[in-house]
Amino acid sequence: MSILVDKHTKVVVQGITGRDGSFHAAQMLKYGTKVVAGCTPGKGGNEVSGIPVYNTVNESVEKEGVNTSCIFVPAAFAPDAIYEGIDAGLELIVCISEGIPAIEIVKATRYMEGKSVRLIGPNCPGIISPDKSKVGIIPGRIVKQGPVGVVSRSGTLTYEIIDHLTKGDLGQSTVIGLGGDSVVGMKFIDYLELFEKDKETEAVVLIGEIGGTDEEDAASFIKEKMSKPVVAFICGLTAPPGKRMGHAGAIISGGTGTAKEKVEAFENAGVPVAREPEEVATLTKKVLK
Amino acid sequence: MKIHEYQAKMIFKDFGIPVPEGEVASTPNEAYNIAKRLSKPVVVKAQVLVGGRGKAGGIKFANTPNEAKKVASEVLRMKIKGIKVNKVLVAESIDIENEAYMGIIIDRSKKSPVVMVSSEGGVDIEEVSKKSPEKIIKFYVDPMIGILSHRARELCFKIYDDPKIAIKAGVVLSKLYRCFIESDASLAEINPFVVTKEKDIWALDAKMNIDDNGLYRRPTTAQMRDLSYEIPGEIEARNKGLSYIKLDGNIGCIVNGAGLAMATMDLIKLYGGEPANFLDIGGSSSPTKVTNAMSILLSDKNVKAVFFNIFGGITRCDDVANGIVTSLNKMKVNLPIVIRLTGTNEDKAMEILKKTKLITAFSMAEGAKRAIELAGR
Repeated sequence: MSILVDKHTKVVVQGITGRDGSFHAAQMLKYGTKVVAGCTPGKGGNEVSGIPVYNTVNESVEKEGVNTSCIFVPAAFAPDAIYEGIDAGLELIVCISEGIPAIEIVKATRYMEGKSVRLIGPNCPGIISPDKSKVGIIPGRIVKQGPVGVVSRSGTLTYEIIDHLTKGDLGQSTVIGLGGDSVVGMKFIDYLELFEKDKETEAVVLIGEIGGTDEEDAASFIKEKMSKPVVAFICGLTAPPGKRMGHAGAIISGGTGTAKEKVEAFENAGVPVAREPEEVATLTKKVLK
Repeated sequence: MKIHEYQAKMIFKDFGIPVPEGEVASTPNEAYNIAKRLSKPVVVKAQVLVGGRGKAGGIKFANTPNEAKKVASEVLRMKIKGIKVNKVLVAESIDIENEAYMGIIIDRSKKSPVVMVSSEGGVDIEEVSKKSPEKIIKFYVDPMIGILSHRARELCFKIYDDPKIAIKAGVVLSKLYRCFIESDASLAEINPFVVTKEKDIWALDAKMNIDDNGLYRRPTTAQMRDLSYEIPGEIEARNKGLSYIKLDGNIGCIVNGAGLAMATMDLIKLYGGEPANFLDIGGSSSPTKVTNAMSILLSDKNVKAVFFNIFGGITRCDDVANGIVTSLNKMKVNLPIVIRLTGTNEDKAMEILKKTKLITAFSMAEGAKRAIELAGR
């Protein structure tokens, strides 16, 4: 088992004819993901790396049985790409694109209410269930199948930590980068709920950062509703307040969203917090015993 | 992006929100001329992108143009929270009978715009929300519909006893919502929202923050960025597509990815060092980016050692190594440089780096320790 993506995942890459879209479509295909279609309006009938391109997502659903989308289109067109995926009845939309105004994601998530579709991202590296499917840009080389679920707000920091896990022989069930923006589709608690239900997952690693209160919400969720152990790592202890640290969502504003508060929230919930990336693996090994 | 009160008031005006007449001045003489043109008692307000300017004495009243000139020259000499005042807003002074609060932000965790009103105006609203949250009335707006007139009215009926004022205030609240959405704001605030003895209403102060991701489609607003309030290195970085924040330490960090960059700073601190900056060079490995990043770091004279921490996910490490070598050959850097590169083709990268004087590290922890050691020499 794993969460959200597996061997049944059939992907359409929206923006497949672009530079990033075509490169990563090929990478996903190479990893073994069933990338069965691409979508670029006006480029229907072409092929990219042997993948048929359609004008609409609906067509890719009808002809190829697509259930998941991976979006690589520029910020200005990404909200429409998300709506197209929702309207085509997809189960999962993974939006890699960055630079989308927050209000657009506010609207898109509102439009999703009452439908069964889920959104990962935007501004995220995507999701990978080792040896099954990868939707996004997480390098397949660093992951390994196993019992640890990983969910993070970051990209390369996640790779760093997965690398330590893999080298410490701690394989992963599913790894997700949920996105660095202030408003994203699924949040920590949504993934924790799925990991709690997933039979393969025995422990979860949560990688948070400054800004917002999603980590605090996650800490109460873990305390109240989770039986599986969780290990946390929070970055941004040295980040100055009021400054946006690269990610649109990584900002301490009005005194809230500090790393210290988040670390305390986890510690109060009985969740061990690693002081450095390497320690995540050590702590995970401990909680798995 | 933060904008000044006078800029926010220009935007407010476009949306029909009543703001007292006024203009911005950079010199005491300009202040004199504005006050003369208004020919009314005025208020001279420091335009700084930090809060607490009232308490710091950055808001002064003047009855005549000459007085306006005098107080403007005082305010223009001030520093508020370490920031020099370059501009003042000279505006018609309003007699206040009642002060209230109106504000709109996006609630990250509820994924919704939230409108807030309070009868407690003119004070620090964050304080009110901590001490007596019941005094702030919140309403989550359906972003697909916007705020309906009756909702805005209802909210204002809760903070005003006089129904006529409540109705007028409700209209302003609806306009503020439109302004918030159509400016791609992340915050739009009127504090205080004022009623006069004559029962006129005014947005006495205006505060707006703009979502950086929305600037591409708000070109007029994008031009409102006040570069004089930014650190030169940070401006240069933004122009070159890098994300850089200056700190006070002595170890320069060049990292790919925002999370890893923050974790690198934290790790340096954990091991007893002090990071000089946050710098995310993004996914690309181009020599130009490395050169730009290095030149920004070198302009910070506190930097005593540089630590490259690169996790090449999709990026090939040999490309990054080549980029580093090419740019450093051009630049003649005299500082010790520690490089940690891992990911695709890392062996090839290490081969390339071996031929240089650069110090390589096999892990982030080892690299951080080495950089601290070298910076301390």
